[in-house]
Amino acid sequence: MYGNDFETPDQPGASALLDEVESAERDLHEAAGRTVAAGEAAQQDYFDAVIAADQKIEPRDWMPDAYRTGLVRQIAQHAHSEIIGMQPEGNWITRAPSLKRKAILLAKVQDEAGHGLYLYAAAETLGVTRDELVEMLITGRQKYSSIFNYPTLTWADMGAIGWLVDGAAIVNQVPLCRCSYGPYARAMIRICKEESFHQRQGFEILYTLARGTDGQRRMAQDAVNRWWYPSLAMFGPPDADSTHSEQSMAWKIKRFSNDDLRQRFVDMCVPQAQALDLDIPDPELRWNADRGAHDYTQPDYAELFAVIKGNGPCNRQRMSHRRRAHEDGAWVREAAAAYAAKRAAA
Amino acid sequence: MSNEWPLWEVFIRARRGLSHTHVGSLHAPDATVALHHARDVYTRRQEGVSIWVVPAAAITASSPDEKDAFFDPAADKVYRHPTFYAVPEGVAHL
Repeated sequence: MYGNDFETPDQPGASALLDEVESAERDLHEAAGRTVAAGEAAQQDYFDAVIAADQKIEPRDWMPDAYRTGLVRQIAQHAHSEIIGMQPEGNWITRAPSLKRKAILLAKVQDEAGHGLYLYAAAETLGVTRDELVEMLITGRQKYSSIFNYPTLTWADMGAIGWLVDGAAIVNQVPLCRCSYGPYARAMIRICKEESFHQRQGFEILYTLARGTDGQRRMAQDAVNRWWYPSLAMFGPPDADSTHSEQSMAWKIKRFSNDDLRQRFVDMCVPQAQALDLDIPDPELRWNADRGAHDYTQPDYAELFAVIKGNGPCNRQRMSHRRRAHEDGAWVREAAAAYAAKRAAA
Repeated sequence: MSNEWPLWEVFIRARRGLSHTHVGSLHAPDATVALHHARDVYTRRQEGVSIWVVPAAAITASSPDEKDAFFDPAADKVYRHPTFYAVPEGVAHL
């Protein structure tokens, strides 16, 4: 609609992830056709058999309490991240450098709102209400991804967020398309299909800047320098320190460990950075032929925990903005409910 | 008191000729707003040509705990399938 004033750059490895989403969707349909042979078995046996057959647990099925509460925690935290994630990018909508970039950024931020809603709806199928979920976010009882507590200082940050932050999110999220809880898996398939444009538009912003003026090139490199390690930290603490992982794997909520996904992300980014002609800010980054993977410097996990605890650069700003938006919108929710009640009574 | 808007289930017809399929749910104060929200949330990429919204409270679902007893009566009626019947060799159009 706004015309493409340059060729779409080739982004190595981008289509492989999307193929995995398609394949997760195919497998979901295929597994649904298999018969689960549990016969007269008890609830727990039936639950275990469904998981073993790679079928989906549905909202009204019996499930262990810890499965339910663990999923509510994970899906809610994911939903909160989508909602808070609108803020760093919303910061640049009014200052996007062209109408085309502005329209794209608006569509992306609107997608994040949609993704938050898909996920809240999935969490609600587990018996928690929307009011409770909103309450847990604005009181800080549930967390959102710590990446959104970093500031967006320049336009190039829109590129780095798309390429690195959305890229890391996709690597994390593609395996969730195979999650054993049906409503979550279906929401993730939808989200991953939509997310792929997010990552590509970020890559394209950086690609354009890296071929612009010296100043634009420096701005692009500076953004990559600031977002690289926080993006690596998005995969969570190292496997040895990860508290929820083992049970999550057994229940097929989670499919790969934090460290495996982080490695996969690094290996994916290296050729992409070369295509961008930008440097990854890690002097220790090099191919290890024995492992068939790149060696790289781990992010600063002490910083990750400090940001999670509330001491990142923007924690207070993000929370107070979210609270204000919720309070300022109260009259709209009340007026709509009052109007609906009046019409129903008439 | 909770002011939470009621829950609506959303069904979308992807193309003319296909049936409406459940895609998810949302909260809205009334049916008109629910339709608008469903359009904004579930059809941002032209995913549909028609939307149904149904109050979630109006749906009665069968219970997964009773599914064996509920669906069992159909299990022993193999004669409802054409493969149950032997057809003599050479008989066509049957």
